[in-house]
Amino acid sequence: MADPLLRVDRLVRRFGGILATDHVSLDVARGELHAIIGPNGAGKTTLISQLTGHLAPHAGSMFLGGRDITGLPAYRRSTLGLARSFQITSLLSDFTAADNVALAAQAHDGHSFRFWGNARKERGLRETARAALERVGLAGRADVLVSKLSHGEQRELELAVALATKPQLLLLDEPMAGLGVTESARMVKLLSELRKEVTIVLVEHDMEAVFALADRISVLVYGRVIASGPPSEIRQNEEVKRAYLGDQHVVVKHG
Amino acid sequence: MKASLDVRSLVAGLVAAGLLLLPLYSALSGNVFVLTLFTRIVILALAAASLNLIMGYGGMMSFGHAAYLGIGGYAVGMLAQEGVGSGFVQFPVALAASALYALVIGALSLRTRGVYFIMITLAFAQMAYYVASGLARYGGDDGLTIYKRSDFAGLINLSNRVQFYYLCLACLLGTVFLIWRIVNSRFGLVVQGLRSNEPRMQAIGFPAKRYKLVCFVIAGTMCGLAGALLANNTDFVSPAVMYWTRSGDLMVMVILGGMGTLFGPVIGAVVYLLLEELLSQITEYWALIMGPLLLLIVLFGRGGIMGLLGRLNRG
Repeated sequence: MADPLLRVDRLVRRFGGILATDHVSLDVARGELHAIIGPNGAGKTTLISQLTGHLAPHAGSMFLGGRDITGLPAYRRSTLGLARSFQITSLLSDFTAADNVALAAQAHDGHSFRFWGNARKERGLRETARAALERVGLAGRADVLVSKLSHGEQRELELAVALATKPQLLLLDEPMAGLGVTESARMVKLLSELRKEVTIVLVEHDMEAVFALADRISVLVYGRVIASGPPSEIRQNEEVKRAYLGDQHVVVKHG
Repeated sequence: MKASLDVRSLVAGLVAAGLLLLPLYSALSGNVFVLTLFTRIVILALAAASLNLIMGYGGMMSFGHAAYLGIGGYAVGMLAQEGVGSGFVQFPVALAASALYALVIGALSLRTRGVYFIMITLAFAQMAYYVASGLARYGGDDGLTIYKRSDFAGLINLSNRVQFYYLCLACLLGTVFLIWRIVNSRFGLVVQGLRSNEPRMQAIGFPAKRYKLVCFVIAGTMCGLAGALLANNTDFVSPAVMYWTRSGDLMVMVILGGMGTLFGPVIGAVVYLLLEELLSQITEYWALIMGPLLLLIVLFGRGGIMGLLGRLNRG
């Protein structure tokens, strides 16, 4: 196998006496959709936050395309091609949908110490924004304030923002959270298309979606990876069943 | 939305027109005092507009903005004292000193946020206040009298009331125009994005602190200009212009007029200083009336006067 796009090596993060990330090692190959699952409090978001640079690990290292990114701040990782969506929708709520995406495009179009020209009239940025909005099915809502968008639309906008940074690796923190059945189905369809273009690390509670989408799954329990492998393997894994899927057998049957 | 913008633009236009025509009124009515009063209002409106750039658009609640009034003023005063009377030297020095102060203070205080940012900017301004109080050579506590206003080699005469008023007004309108360009530029969108959601902005690739610091320096420099004008206006500069209550006054003007609106701080400054003037003529306890009045506006008119105007229009 070629070098993985993302390599996480024995990452450790403590909160007081609690090991929220307990020597986590993880490889994500280029082009795969790698899902991370685990019960509540397993440390999934803590792990994501360390990958994006919002939280510093206490030990271990991370490599993106072979490059050590452990000590880099969030904005540098973004320039290197790492994009994220937030578990709790985190957009610029007093900006329009198009503004949100255009700013993401702007962040990757040289520095922004330009004080004079009207940025909202820059055709290049607006074009990129429009394309990304179209990609997620929000083209018709471009000029709507984020605070006026529905929850489902905001989740889709999160994706558009991440896409506008032209990422190599997309970290999605529970993109399905809070979505209704129809919206979830739309999101799954969208992700199944996106996965053809970009490597994705998906943290998700919706087991049906995870088993439908993932090439590989890592199971996180109490900050430790207890299993990692293709969905079929994970489904058979006794430890996983005990630790996590035990109370989700309905889903297992479905899967 | 469109119509509400129109009412606000209308009011802004009327205020601007009023300010432009004020010397005419003053000449016709023979009321010299009104021109003096409005020169001060225009200068402080400039200071408020600069504060609005970081506070309203950038979400940086600086409680030490009056420090720049002092720095700009002392640059003029100290140079005059040392025999350098040229405005072509005094004003650039005032701006440069303010920018430098903003750079240092900003680099230190932007490490913090929220209440800590408010407190640290306040603390630095108070430090500047005490430093000025200790400048025995330049009047110390008592302040420094400026015997001759900045000299612009015959280009403009600052001792002429009308000319000086128009200089101040030009500085104000020029600054507001500049701020308008800035907030709609790439830079301005980044700064407003940071106000709205800093982690998000970092996640999409913006080095937050750098942009905030540059914004902080721009605002400080603009306020330094107000300081240089203010010292010329009063022919005097003293530590008192940097006192924390002055910073508070500027904040009130911004909030009263409407944070994050282009013309709000100008209207806020006009209303605040006119009220202060009128009420203090009626009673020496004017603050007792002013306080509740401001409370009402802030409580019921979220977004200040500009916010009220916007809602008025929507019905």
